[in-house]
Amino acid sequence: MSVHVGDAAQAPDFPSAAQKLVANTQLRHNVRHATDVIRRKRAKVVDEMSDWEQLREAAQRIKDDTLQHLDHYLLQFEEACTRAGGKVHWARDADEANCIVIDLIRSYHQNEVIKVKTMTSDETGLNKALHHAGVTSYETDLADLIVQLGEDKPSHIVVPALHRNKMEIRRIFLEKMNLQELGDRPEDLTAAARNYLREKFLRVKIGISGANFAVAETGSVCVVESEGNGRMCISLPQVLISLVGIEKIVPTFQDLEVFLQLLPRSATGERMNPYNSFWTGTTSGDGPQEFHVILLDNGRAQVLADQESRETLDCIRCGACLNVCPVYRQTGGHAYGSVYGGPIGAILTPQLQSMEHSQSLPYASSLCGACYEVCPVKINIPEILIHLRGRVVENGDAPLTERMAMKTAAFFLESGNRLATAQKLARVGQLLFVRDGIISRLPGLLGGWTAVRDLSPVPKQSFREWWAARHQEKQ
Amino acid sequence: VDTAKDEMLGRIREALGRFAAPLRSSVPREYRVAGVLSFSERVELFIERLHDYDAIVHRAGAHEIAAAIAATLAARGKRGLLIPLGIRTEWLPPGFLFQRDAELSYDEIDRSEGVLTGCAAAIALTGTIVLRHSESEGRRALTLIPDYHLCVVYEQQIVETVPQAIEQMSGYTRSPITTVSGPSATSDIEMTRVKGVHGPRTLEVILVS
Repeated sequence: MSVHVGDAAQAPDFPSAAQKLVANTQLRHNVRHATDVIRRKRAKVVDEMSDWEQLREAAQRIKDDTLQHLDHYLLQFEEACTRAGGKVHWARDADEANCIVIDLIRSYHQNEVIKVKTMTSDETGLNKALHHAGVTSYETDLADLIVQLGEDKPSHIVVPALHRNKMEIRRIFLEKMNLQELGDRPEDLTAAARNYLREKFLRVKIGISGANFAVAETGSVCVVESEGNGRMCISLPQVLISLVGIEKIVPTFQDLEVFLQLLPRSATGERMNPYNSFWTGTTSGDGPQEFHVILLDNGRAQVLADQESRETLDCIRCGACLNVCPVYRQTGGHAYGSVYGGPIGAILTPQLQSMEHSQSLPYASSLCGACYEVCPVKINIPEILIHLRGRVVENGDAPLTERMAMKTAAFFLESGNRLATAQKLARVGQLLFVRDGIISRLPGLLGGWTAVRDLSPVPKQSFREWWAARHQEKQ
Repeated sequence: VDTAKDEMLGRIREALGRFAAPLRSSVPREYRVAGVLSFSERVELFIERLHDYDAIVHRAGAHEIAAAIAATLAARGKRGLLIPLGIRTEWLPPGFLFQRDAELSYDEIDRSEGVLTGCAAAIALTGTIVLRHSESEGRRALTLIPDYHLCVVYEQQIVETVPQAIEQMSGYTRSPITTVSGPSATSDIEMTRVKGVHGPRTLEVILVS
């Protein structure tokens, strides 16, 4: 098994990455503007729904049921999809999934693919693997195209290029599309993308997609999108390959009535996104005549094992938690070092990697709880963040100094007498640092705390001392 | 033997432990399923939502469909459209060239002036048109590659809520299904909504009473 989540294992830790990014005022401006716009739109269309809470509740329960019987539903999906003319493949990890894709492309004697936005393929690093195998991949979602042509990384789950402004995009398109002239209005840039991709849509023989939902009962797959590039990729090529994380299963077609109300309103603030495509296996005379589904584990079964954080897999990738997160809004997505950024990324990325990498991410949060409030499937992200911080410490992966400090604290807090001694010591020790009744600078490690806030000194009398004295007086 | 499959299922079962919970442990569905609007309110809401998403709506009586199509095409200076094989001939006005999709190539579809189809259902609350790609709606490429889509919707086809539409759709999941809510759009550049990316840039609806 070699689970990897993009290049997250090699990424710098969150604080060091964030420090550089927050210095980039253009980036912060772009991120703040984009998230503000989506938040406003989302709030408006969510307010229209009098049954929003009931939908969230249903979604959570459907996902819970799915995960509890995931083996059953995966087999049911495989059977239904196969019956309808699809072929189901199973991939234990990212590399295995990439190999299956490459082998399929070779078996059809092709060397180009068109792709509709799939985060799962970013997770497996598919584009890089295709490149090494001599296959050219064309990203067709406008934002993904900007990221691909700009040799950049996605910074948001739904709008991966929100960190770029139109002038930057114009520069990228001029250079990479070999254009002589190009305006800088969003309309001009969108038209350039349409022209660039049109010929590829009509010509390329293999399409690659992810899935928003895969229905166990019917074997249907559903992709939700806005631009029509998704429809192009899944209905024009002769061959379609869909890379599907095992948590994307929903038990019944009826269950879609819940998610198709929650997802567009949460993700882009639309009542319904312009296009939803549903297909089941292959259809004679319409669209790809060969259809492959790759069911991907890549660490997901591991996540199932921890009951306290299992619901991380409920995520439907709407990105609402990113847009409201005070941390994400300052740093943007790149600081998280993973294709999954923001609050959901902070809990998903380390868990997929068995808590062996990206261990600073559970700390990349103020635990304000805004993410939980907007989550359409009610993932309790703050609670999971705390739980994962606990796991980081249990793993012994907390910094040595922190572990020493915690051990020392535990020693003194264990007994009343020891605590009293410590308090007495502190009262003497702090004399050097108290100025005008507050401590505003401490030496060494403790200085980290006082660098950004003042500290009240240890009072002259502790509660225990006061209590004992009061008791004596009464007698 | 598929070792990857066995290993994945094994790992999932191990992670879950032996569970006793029954399948479909009661999902509460207390959200809105049935509609609350009257027929005419439902139609009005559908029109309002279509407008919200930049679609253009014309209304016509049951016997005026061909005339409405003729007027629409004339206003746009179009000489003709592609049509799916099973479209009703009484919809087609004289004086225009309607080409049936008998295995047209993608390039031929791309060169067309647009496409005329019916639909399977519509959703008022979200301004959505449902295509099941039957004989009167054509294969998926036909309503995707052209830059102009003219769609005939009967008022009786409009349901109010998403669950009502999904219930209908669950009856024909073996066909591909596309739901269309306004023309294609993107907000990927500085969150400015741009109408028309790859799908038809213009969606026009003839709403038949």
